[in-house]
Amino acid sequence: MATSIKKLPDIEQVLSGNGACGGCPATMALRMVGKALGPNAIMLLTPACSVASMGMTPKLGYNWPCINITFASAGSSASGITNAVEIMKEKGRFEGELPTVFSWAGDGGTYDIGFQALSAAAERNENIIHFCYNNEAYSNTGVQRSGATPRGTFTTTTPTGKRQPKKNMALLMLEHNIPYVATATVAYPADLYDKVVKAKSIKGMKYIEILAPCYLGWQFDMADTVQLSRMAVRSGAWLLWEADNGRITFNNPTAQFISGKKNPEAVDEYLMKQGRFSRLLQGPDAKERIAEIQGDVDREIAFMRERAKIFI
Amino acid sequence: MKTAQVIMATGANAAALAVKSARVDVIPGYPITPQTSIMEAVAGMVESGDLHARFIPVEGEHSVLAAAVAASAAGARVFTATSANGLLYMHEVLHMASGGRLPVVLCNVNRGIFAPWTLWADHQDSFAQRDTGWIQYHCSSNQEVFNTILQAFRVAEQINIPIMVNFDGFSISHCLMPLTIPAQEDIDRFLPPHQPEWRLDPAHPSSFSNVTMAAEYAPFRQMLSDDIMAAVPLVKQAAQEYRDCTGMWDGDTIETYRLEDAEVVALAVNSMAAELKLSVDILRGQGIKAGLLRPRLYIPFPADDIIQALPKNAQVMVLDRNYNFGHPGGILAAELKSILFGRRNDVTVKNRVMGIGGIDLTRRFMAAEIRAMIDEQNGVL
Ligand SMILES: Cc1ncc(C[n+]2csc(CCOP(=O)(O)OP(=O)(O)O)c2C)c(N)n1
Ligand code: SF4
Ligand SMILES: [Mg+2]
Repeated sequence: MATSIKKLPDIEQVLSGNGACGGCPATMALRMVGKALGPNAIMLLTPACSVASMGMTPKLGYNWPCINITFASAGSSASGITNAVEIMKEKGRFEGELPTVFSWAGDGGTYDIGFQALSAAAERNENIIHFCYNNEAYSNTGVQRSGATPRGTFTTTTPTGKRQPKKNMALLMLEHNIPYVATATVAYPADLYDKVVKAKSIKGMKYIEILAPCYLGWQFDMADTVQLSRMAVRSGAWLLWEADNGRITFNNPTAQFISGKKNPEAVDEYLMKQGRFSRLLQGPDAKERIAEIQGDVDREIAFMRERAKIFI
Repeated sequence: MKTAQVIMATGANAAALAVKSARVDVIPGYPITPQTSIMEAVAGMVESGDLHARFIPVEGEHSVLAAAVAASAAGARVFTATSANGLLYMHEVLHMASGGRLPVVLCNVNRGIFAPWTLWADHQDSFAQRDTGWIQYHCSSNQEVFNTILQAFRVAEQINIPIMVNFDGFSISHCLMPLTIPAQEDIDRFLPPHQPEWRLDPAHPSSFSNVTMAAEYAPFRQMLSDDIMAAVPLVKQAAQEYRDCTGMWDGDTIETYRLEDAEVVALAVNSMAAELKLSVDILRGQGIKAGLLRPRLYIPFPADDIIQALPKNAQVMVLDRNYNFGHPGGILAAELKSILFGRRNDVTVKNRVMGIGGIDLTRRFMAAEIRAMIDEQNGVL
């Protein structure tokens, strides 16, 4: 049972006055993360929207020590920091409670250029939390495709719609046998909060991926961020789940689709809300291409249902 | 000075023992010949408890240096090592280390670079990183490798600039020579614990390496450039105080041999410069007044010390183990010419490239090359 949103702590780690777009899902998610982590943490940022949002030197809109790192290195950079603070503590050169070390990276810094270092950090079971706020494109550089961009999406580098489905990054992280993996999204803040609180209490590698509907890349009205996030979950285009030591459990409403108690909504309406699919929805082969996307969603639900049954 | 210990050690082992003596906190590593033996030795010492540190076996060199700079920003004393393509793979993060003013010490065991593959020494790898904002030493013996790593930590932490300590693959890294290890007490006196003025600290939230406008960026770059130049006196001081603490001396910014009355001056770096002392003796035996000038420091290039050390009307023979593509010779010669211009018009410079990909540079070969260069008409500055 998720913590009630009314009971979330007052603490604000995302300060007022930063450079994010109105309705920015990454910033909304970070606010929840801040409530769960509190101030005793060190934040790493790969180049992405969240860097453009944090304020320019010397101003800072996030209330942590924040280190900007190279794009490919979230996994290894966070490993460096966590090992540094731990050994300094052992040697008596670090006072107080050890901070949570967390990376805040986009889908580009996670699925693509950051994949190698992240995979290696997971395999080493480094004591860090890697957050991926997934806006399904490279938003900061003007919306190019990434490995997280779903089939059919128009981006500046897929001008006729992406032909390939996205990859299941959270599942890939699970297959590294790490202690904790979770997915979340901004329409379910209490679910996100609980997952971060849990991750904070676990030693070793934690991976949390947050679907972040970005009005700029997805082309919808910026007031509708939360609605798009909810529609993604209700259509099954985004699945809410977590895995403790490899045991997968689904969170509502995804759990109801998995158990068969309820069917997800058809994906059409979710697609129709977004300009990034509009050309596809108007084309002569619209039916087939929507069916392809529906097929990707159905396959993912079916696959995760079966995958969750495996626990050894 | 307490009693030092003398052992037989390879250059790679000398480096690992220096890491232990420096009481390093974090060592990220990844294998590449001929550097691998350093990482193996360090991993072994951490595993056995001989060195109280964290060894992080990451998945590639970009990550090696990313972990290193991040650990340094968290306040740890950090070491790593690499060679050739590993160093090139770090290139982006080399800039982050210097721009971020993080005092990491890195050993680069010089090796020629791909393509085609070669395993053996030349200096293209380290010289190709000239403009990354790192200070660079080049060492000519196992003992100097040991001594320089300790001096490098001291200088790096004084001015918050990362330092690369270079030495040749195989001829230094894999050859046994006697190694004097000073008593830990003497080393501790020379190199106090790392106490950075700033580190990532939740009690003081601040951004690090965040976006800047030109009004901040430009002064940061100017400061880095100025501070690299300002390293010269610190390098000298470190060498002198190291001598006071341990009795050992490898030169400071430069090392010279039979230079005072020399008419012909050989100039080179790394192990070939040690061999060149013997070439100088051969040439002296043949009636040529030869001497040696070895820059120990490549960046900052020790202009004043070189200019002061060169005898009147010296004919300098620069032996480069690298190419300066787009120019006829090597990089050291170009560096030398640029500092002499307008300051020492009495000096002439000739240049040959040799020893590429590990071709053996014997004292006789180099003596013969220098003789041939004396007779050569071309290439005079
Ligand atoms: C090595 C390197 N390559 C390319 C870039 C340019 N770049 C900056 S941000 C970015 C995209 C970031 O995408 P993502 O991680 O998804 O974050 P988002 O902008 O969507 O928040 C790119 C390609 C860079 N900074 N570094
Ligand atoms: S482009 Fe999207 S992710 Fe980036 S700041 Fe704006 S709303 Fe947030
Ligand atoms: Mg993105």
